[in-house]
Amino acid sequence: MQTIQAIIDAIAVGALYALVAVGLALVFGVMRLINFAQGELITAGAYSLYLTRNLPLVVSIVVCFVVCVALAVAIERVAFRPLRGASPATTLVATFAVAFALEAVWLIAFTPQGKTADLLSALNRTATHGSLHLRWVTITELVAGVVLLGGTVLVLNRTTIGLHMRAAASDFRAARLLGVRADRVIRAAFAMSGFLAAVVSLLLTVQQPLVTPTFGLDVTILALVGAVLGGIDRLATATAGGFLIGFISSILGDELPASLSNFAPSFTFLVVILVLLIRPAGLLAPLGQSGVDRV
Amino acid sequence: MGTSGASRDGGSSGARLRATDVARAFKGVQALEGLNFELGRHEVVGLIGPNGAGKTTLINVITGFDRPTAGAIELDGVDVTGWPASRRARAGLARTFQQGRVFGELTVQENVELGALGVGAGAHQARARADELLSIMQLADHAKLPASLLAHGEQRKVAVARALASRPRYVLMDEPAAGLFESDISAFAEVIRSVRDGYDAGVLIVDHNMALIMAVSDRIEVLDQGRSLASGTPEEIRRNIDVAAAYLGASGVTAERERG
Repeated sequence: MQTIQAIIDAIAVGALYALVAVGLALVFGVMRLINFAQGELITAGAYSLYLTRNLPLVVSIVVCFVVCVALAVAIERVAFRPLRGASPATTLVATFAVAFALEAVWLIAFTPQGKTADLLSALNRTATHGSLHLRWVTITELVAGVVLLGGTVLVLNRTTIGLHMRAAASDFRAARLLGVRADRVIRAAFAMSGFLAAVVSLLLTVQQPLVTPTFGLDVTILALVGAVLGGIDRLATATAGGFLIGFISSILGDELPASLSNFAPSFTFLVVILVLLIRPAGLLAPLGQSGVDRV
Repeated sequence: MGTSGASRDGGSSGARLRATDVARAFKGVQALEGLNFELGRHEVVGLIGPNGAGKTTLINVITGFDRPTAGAIELDGVDVTGWPASRRARAGLARTFQQGRVFGELTVQENVELGALGVGAGAHQARARADELLSIMQLADHAKLPASLLAHGEQRKVAVARALASRPRYVLMDEPAAGLFESDISAFAEVIRSVRDGYDAGVLIVDHNMALIMAVSDRIEVLDQGRSLASGTPEEIRRNIDVAAAYLGASGVTAERERG
């Protein structure tokens, strides 16, 4: 029973990491850019929850979404758009610069001490009675993961802007020649990644209500590793990779003996190194043949 | 040599696609040099010349895929030299690529719809245009397949349908018939004529298939080393080529041009 418990928890954590990976893959798809600043969106959302802790819950949640989406769009406008056409190395460094700059902002504004954002802590309550110990947050993570992944696929496959995004991901210059507006497509990708970051903020503060300046960083780095592991150029493989890394790190955190569980990240990366040694192109690359959801 | 430009444009000087004194240099290599080019509505112009003559460069510069180092591009009297490619596309300028460049992950239908959506058509309209073009281009059977699964010649047809879905005023085709079977060529020539007559569009076509160029062109421009070498009706150009071949004593010139 304990094993089932660990697996269910791990699936929920995996869903959370998958959402982060989707946000990274959306931006990577249209810009061929790994956006390290994605983690700062999550941190910003969490701080907004702290700042609005005395407001009604609904207001707080809405503000969190607005902050994340607005910041994502603003970062693109201010930092990345002027670099359009610059070398990939330049834009990559720019995403680091944005991430560190925002981290400095959090440090100055909120100090290194953690701020408590426990608005949704009610979700920590147990949902089931009996030998299986399911918390509401676990269920929420699972539902959010499925709904948002499905929603993302729907937007990409069933809307005009989604078709534009998939075309841009396939051949950006050819898409522009057909009249597809680069600015609009890229802004849409960033807005969607901001939306996903807001959801991750909400769910992550349930588990760790103490918000520090590096709140979103760890989960983003791990999700990025997962996305690359699966194959970041395809939405399906990036998502699966993100899920897998969350799943593995949760299982390792649970199953490793207490003396070793502090080193869970090290073991996770050990798995990553082994996988990349065997399959440098990404673990799931050949499986992503569906084609339609590459972004 | 700029002989009679047999334009069917009826003389309204504004409604033309015009490149004036266009130059493009790549690291010292002059791909285009002071080139003047015009394309009217309701006109098919064939652009021929040896490899490296600047044919694709001219298309790139006109459509905004590349910037000229000098000169100006005018679209129906409006200077579009500084416009990005997407804006030129919405203003009625479409192209196809030598390599096809269809979106491999999108279905054939989505590829063509995108041609319409990109220039601001509604979803419903885009679907209707795609249905029509897929049937004209005999691609309807493949509509739901990812474009990457089609043979190369079929992918070019998708690219042509995609360009036409934007209802362009001018469409520039870079080797659209490469990879087509000889038996498809006459049907393709018919498509080009119907673009001119039915859509009232100007067509620039670059291709190595001289039979196709001769059959569909109202006027042919010969390009060599980034300059205009000759211009005239298909008959005039054919006579020129034959004369050149006679002088050079190399019947190979004609043969080579015929073969591409």
